[in-house]
Amino acid sequence: MSKLSAVRPAYWIAGVVLAVSVVVPLLVSTYARDEPRLWGFPFFYWYQLMWVFISAITVSIAYQLVIREERRRRAAQGLGKPGEGAK
Amino acid sequence: MNDVNWVQLSIVILIFGAVTAMGFMAARWRRTGDLESLDEWGLGGRGFGTFITWFLLGGDLYTAYTFIAVPAAMYATGAISGFFAVPYTIVVYPIIFIFMARLWSVSHRHGYVTPADFVGGRYGSRGLSLAVAVTGILATMPYIALQLVGMQAVFETMGLGGDNLLAKDLPLLIAFAVLAAYTYSSGLRAPAMIAFVKDGLIYLVIAVAILYLPHALGGWDSIFDAAKTKMETQNPATGKPTGAFIPGEAGYSAYWTLALGSALALFMYPHSVTAVLSTKNRNVVRRNAAILPAYSLLLGLLALLGFMAIKAQVNIKGLDGLNNPQLAIPRLFDQEFPSWFAGIAFAAIAVGALVPAAIMSIAAANLFTRNIYRDFLKPDATPAQEAKVSKLASLLVKFGALIFVLGMDKTISLNLQLLGGIWILQTFPAIVGGLFTRWFHRWALLAGWAVAMVYGTIRAYNVVNPVTGKHFGGSLANIPGTDKQAYIALTALVINLVVVIVLTLVFKALKVVDGVDSTHASDYTADAGDPGVKDLPELLDEGGATAKS
Repeated sequence: MSKLSAVRPAYWIAGVVLAVSVVVPLLVSTYARDEPRLWGFPFFYWYQLMWVFISAITVSIAYQLVIREERRRRAAQGLGKPGEGAK
Repeated sequence: MNDVNWVQLSIVILIFGAVTAMGFMAARWRRTGDLESLDEWGLGGRGFGTFITWFLLGGDLYTAYTFIAVPAAMYATGAISGFFAVPYTIVVYPIIFIFMARLWSVSHRHGYVTPADFVGGRYGSRGLSLAVAVTGILATMPYIALQLVGMQAVFETMGLGGDNLLAKDLPLLIAFAVLAAYTYSSGLRAPAMIAFVKDGLIYLVIAVAILYLPHALGGWDSIFDAAKTKMETQNPATGKPTGAFIPGEAGYSAYWTLALGSALALFMYPHSVTAVLSTKNRNVVRRNAAILPAYSLLLGLLALLGFMAIKAQVNIKGLDGLNNPQLAIPRLFDQEFPSWFAGIAFAAIAVGALVPAAIMSIAAANLFTRNIYRDFLKPDATPAQEAKVSKLASLLVKFGALIFVLGMDKTISLNLQLLGGIWILQTFPAIVGGLFTRWFHRWALLAGWAVAMVYGTIRAYNVVNPVTGKHFGGSLANIPGTDKQAYIALTALVINLVVVIVLTLVFKALKVVDGVDSTHASDYTADAGDPGVKDLPELLDEGGATAKS
């Protein structure tokens, strides 16, 4: 069985998307300020809460990319679809 | 002050009672085998799908930590020590997305139940496996302790307890007994079932609190302004500002290292691994990584309750006459809501502490049974003996937690969890490293772990709370050679990795014998239904690879 010897573009994109969702929320200097406020929330607070939604979207994208790639790879190896085995 | 609020207490007892009854009934729910086996008691038969897993992981990760400790930290010292929990729970999901599916696959092909099973099989080293198991058990105790502190705060707010030694701890002991009793009888099924009730209650309480409180307290603007004023005021004990409303430049490194360190640590805890392994195929956990952030939003809003408590000027003097920030949130509910609703909120907090405490103690017990009892004490134990030992071990772990509660500085209970994080993160190189590469040498991993454990513990011990004068007063320390503060767990992890890499090179050059790897590359991508991926209950009878090699 081929290990992921040739890493496919889908994995690359998923990897980049996930890396961005880890690194960007940790760049404190980019959001450590009070203004502009939104509904009374200082920027520092609403910006980070907004990242909850962005992260949910980026992880979903990564999921779709990876799952499709895995399906293709498994089909090529004659294995069942991911997550549909067993009972 | 010391009048018991009977309305609140009755509601809490009622909900607590209902939940306990559900816990006992859960023993019969979705049962696939005999509860006398470890797999059935400790992993719920491993058949949980996306939906139940979402509740189980949520029940697991969002706990008294969320409801009491984080808002209390926000109340006491502001953003750096409290709000970092939001970026922490944001970055944790992309991280687990990357490696958890691999752990699922290899565990299901080899019958691993704990992270130490995996490490033992991957590196062919019982010593390394033992190190991982001991760390898991040790690090879980302060985390369970945090849950008990959460429950204690609720009971104290209702007027239970007092200033004499016995009355003070009585409610804590009752909660402890309930927890022990139903975990003992139902295993992992009890907390999974109760997670539904808990989350329902929590959503209800939060929705009401977030919609009603800002309005009642004069709007978000004025809440944030009150917090800002408090954080900028000088603390007489230290001569520095009370806390950080928005981290200044000096606080950046503390903020992001706390977030990243906690995120990397979370899925090293045995209970998180247990929850992931009890899913029915490898992608359940990835799907969950995309939907779990809903909890992060809750966490962020709950954290802000700490600022609301500042605005509402709640009284945080405990029944023993000392200030206790852990009381901020329960007192806020007590002050701003009618008794019956405060009662529901308190029940939500109490149950929200009970569920994860149960899951954690079960996971730590699994570790003990498989990686210490079976590997070292009684290799030929029968499944029934293992289940029995596990149940007893889960009781012992709870007693360990009780010692942490009674013996440690509780002014900032969040520290209990951060302290656990310092220890558990040191298993990261062996576990996550091992999922992707077999390059690291087993003895190098063991040495890196040992050095980092000693370093982390000493650094944490040397953090002295300026007010109470107690050791283990915080989890931040300067990065050696700089004046920048960072979460000790992350500094220790860096030291750990350096030692591992250098020694691996040395051992390889000296051709020191490395252990036998009993896993194969294809094991890491296998899914349910593939050849060799075992169904239950066959797994248990064969046992993990660790016991053999």
